[in-house]
Amino acid sequence: MILNVLNDPNFKVKLGLAEMMKGGVIMDVINAEQAKIAQNAGACAVMALERVPSDIRKEGGVARMSPVRIIREIQAAVTIPVMAKARIGHFTEARVLEALKVDFIDESEVLTPADDEHHINKGDFTVPFVCGARNLGEALRRIAEGAAMIRTKGEAGSGNIIEAVRHIRTIVKEMRHLTILGEEELVHEAKILGAPLDLVQWVAKHGKLPVPNFSAGGIATPADAALVMQLGAEAVFVGSGIFKSNDPEARAKAIVKAATYYKDPAMLLEASEELGIGMPGLDLSKLPESELMASRGW
Amino acid sequence: MSKRVGVLALQGDFEAHERAIARSGAEPVQVRTAAELASVDGLIIPGGESTTMLKLIDYMKLWEPLSTFAHQKPVFGTCAGAILLANEVLSPSQPSFGVIDLTVERNAYGRQVDSRVVELEPIAEFGERVGEGPLEAVFIRAPIIRRAGPGVKVLAQYDGDPVLVEQGHHLVATFHPELTQDSRVHQLFLSKL
Repeated sequence: MILNVLNDPNFKVKLGLAEMMKGGVIMDVINAEQAKIAQNAGACAVMALERVPSDIRKEGGVARMSPVRIIREIQAAVTIPVMAKARIGHFTEARVLEALKVDFIDESEVLTPADDEHHINKGDFTVPFVCGARNLGEALRRIAEGAAMIRTKGEAGSGNIIEAVRHIRTIVKEMRHLTILGEEELVHEAKILGAPLDLVQWVAKHGKLPVPNFSAGGIATPADAALVMQLGAEAVFVGSGIFKSNDPEARAKAIVKAATYYKDPAMLLEASEELGIGMPGLDLSKLPESELMASRGW
Repeated sequence: MSKRVGVLALQGDFEAHERAIARSGAEPVQVRTAAELASVDGLIIPGGESTTMLKLIDYMKLWEPLSTFAHQKPVFGTCAGAILLANEVLSPSQPSFGVIDLTVERNAYGRQVDSRVVELEPIAEFGERVGEGPLEAVFIRAPIIRRAGPGVKVLAQYDGDPVLVEQGHHLVATFHPELTQDSRVHQLFLSKL
């Protein structure tokens, strides 16, 4: 039944836009001016936000969908796709974003969850969704719900790459493991992963996710972007890392170059040449569990 | 020896084109540098964001080598690739290689919710050259060809607008044949090499 979803023309259109973003950088922006800077640097899409994750973290309280006015202003400022975030499980926020004609919705742990058991039934929408994941089971549950793109959660707003690395390594390792199992072992594995058997079988056969697999959460430098891409990510989201640095324009360009030339150390050196120190980072091992965003989502 | 077909791998769905080329019996080669470009017999400019590709072309000083290649050798562009190959680009105006006599309007169907999959009926000659039957066409935030010059042959239309066209050794689709299992459009390109 799930595989029928993958073959549905509507899903093909959603996957198509995700495919077009491969090798690119999706940048968080909070106004038209930042959106233009991102587009001029070569971003393949922007995420329209009221506050970047590091400010959400700092200010606390409830983080919701961005005000419509901010999203409209950003849509008017650029020609590249505009994404926006809805709270986990908040399907009416998502309907508002769909009516606004955003190009992609991020059902995001960066915002305060609206439902502590369920995510949005994303297959019901015309607009495509991206969801965060820390492991393969989580990724496949989100795909079963209709997500057309998966990204690592990482730890948003931290400027610390360790969680994104952990998540991409975990997903890649778990996929590799499936490829060596027999059919009867896959049934057991589906139970352990908490994921639908037909998606587990699909991954076992192909060795990859049936949707593009991107990385997010803590990317602050060109080398960070290249690191997660070498580990298997197909594109990167950069949140606070650009506009919370002292050199947003130069850094945005440098990360765009790094996402294309991630295997070429000479190019990474050239891209990093003129950059200063990045955004201030957080030591996540010193953060209480309640302040971690990655553990939101089910 | 099989033909080496370059796929511009700066950004976008270049891997989907590589798979389509491999299915059609040629060897795909990712192109990110002038040296890689010099090693291929033809080039595909994939879908993706044309503004992103233009920035990377500028950063990497690839404009001259790509322009020279595009004027001399077979090149196939899909969606963003179509925009980069056209003579003139609208909304907004931006630089392009100008190797095929088209005026192309970007994002002309609207935003992603207006993206679609349709079935095209190519002209009879398309069927004679690579096989008959309707063509599945995936349009993603697609451009529209607003004008096709007298030297341009229209191979398929959608809603009255040309969507698959050729001029000499240049081939352009505003949709994404690389996102389907049907390899006929890629075979048509390979016949130009």
